[in-house]
Amino acid sequence: MSLENILSNAQRGQRELGAEKKVGWDEVTQGVVINAFEYDATNVSRELSEDRKYSDFSSYTATVASWRIIKPIYNRDICIDCQNCWVWCPDTSIISRDKQMLGIDYDHCKGCGVCVEVCPTNPKSLLMFAETADGEECLAGWPVKEKKAKETETE
Amino acid sequence: MAITSVKNLKEFSTANERFEGAHLLCPGCAHSMIVRELMNCSDDNLVIAANTGCLEVSTAVYPYTAWDTSWIHIGFENAATAASGAEAMYKARKRKGTLKNPDAPVKFVAFGGDGSTYDIGFQWLNGAVERGHDFTYICLDNEVYANTGGQRSSSTPIGSSSTTAPAGRVSYGEKQNKKDMMSIMAASGAKYVAQVSPNKWKNMAQVFQKSLATEGPCYINAISACCTEWKFDPKDTIHISDLATDSLVFPLYEIVDGHELNINYRPKNIIPVRDYLGSQGRFKHLFKPQFEHVLNEWQTRVDAQWDYLQRREAARV
Repeated sequence: MSLENILSNAQRGQRELGAEKKVGWDEVTQGVVINAFEYDATNVSRELSEDRKYSDFSSYTATVASWRIIKPIYNRDICIDCQNCWVWCPDTSIISRDKQMLGIDYDHCKGCGVCVEVCPTNPKSLLMFAETADGEECLAGWPVKEKKAKETETE
Repeated sequence: MAITSVKNLKEFSTANERFEGAHLLCPGCAHSMIVRELMNCSDDNLVIAANTGCLEVSTAVYPYTAWDTSWIHIGFENAATAASGAEAMYKARKRKGTLKNPDAPVKFVAFGGDGSTYDIGFQWLNGAVERGHDFTYICLDNEVYANTGGQRSSSTPIGSSSTTAPAGRVSYGEKQNKKDMMSIMAASGAKYVAQVSPNKWKNMAQVFQKSLATEGPCYINAISACCTEWKFDPKDTIHISDLATDSLVFPLYEIVDGHELNINYRPKNIIPVRDYLGSQGRFKHLFKPQFEHVLNEWQTRVDAQWDYLQRREAARV
């Protein structure tokens, strides 16, 4: 959002009233109202994020990627689409469509690592790597299945 | 399309997100898990009011809002009042026929932290419940004033170290026990009172749907593990919540109509309270030999409470 937009919004209350006009208690302007959408948002609960028209005021258009020092990387081959990561992600950063996990929204992920902890597969289909790590390399060096104690004994 | 079925996680995951990312809550904060789930488990138009607290200061930082629904913030203490005012206005306009979409389902929800629920906003909440407005109040209970740097609230449990009740050589931290808000709200006349935890997502979603469907005031105490003030690694939020529910420090139960108590979750393996306390930095000092009696007191108290809840469930009074 541009600086002019922010400034013009900040002075909206004064503009509506006229700066010199004295107002009574029942004419006081409301506080700041910001609209997250650019259209009538009555039906947003029936629309997917990509179909909505977010305004510049919605934090969907912002990013917190700079908070991260570690990032989750997703391995599609091992994932069983259990959606544990989706339900517990605090930052709405797991993208799931039609009961399938599609990937991670790196604009909104803060790298807390909850998704990795709740992942039930063996080995985990999400793992944390350094922010600077290369995705392809991480997937190539993915850990293999850990054997259970019994299996190791018989070998 | 939106789905409100919470029978299994795959069905639930087709819900459309209404709580956007890039809010400024700490990484691993349980607040956003709870709020997201409330917004996802309902298709209705929600009118949400929020008390001052972590949730409010982090999700509506000008010029951004993380909410995809009507959201209002007024003061520290009066989310319950704002929600009940909006509800009264909605009813009046419906009666007069001045609403644009009179048939659209609208639900009123208020959010507060434990400081604004147990202490500062208690009178406002109690008043709104007493007047019988049709709204749901959700307390995001992290047992401390986390937003201002960890001062004690009346939700802080015994032995917890906070900045205004610090542990030291002599003191073991907080001396007073947590206020029993569930019983207070049930006695105040709330139609539906429940305690939920984000790690039991299904129970939480069912409770949210039930409370939104209930006509009259509902109170929900949601346990929100705070990685900053409870002092644990952000990735362990769900693990800590698991320990809390399985050690029965936070039993998940509901009270319907002020008397009918149902236990919603019975852990298969009850773990010692010691395991829960030991997982967090705020209770670290309790494991010194001179504070052994506090640990024993914890276990006795939690056992007694669980026993009371079970007896009360069986007695149906």
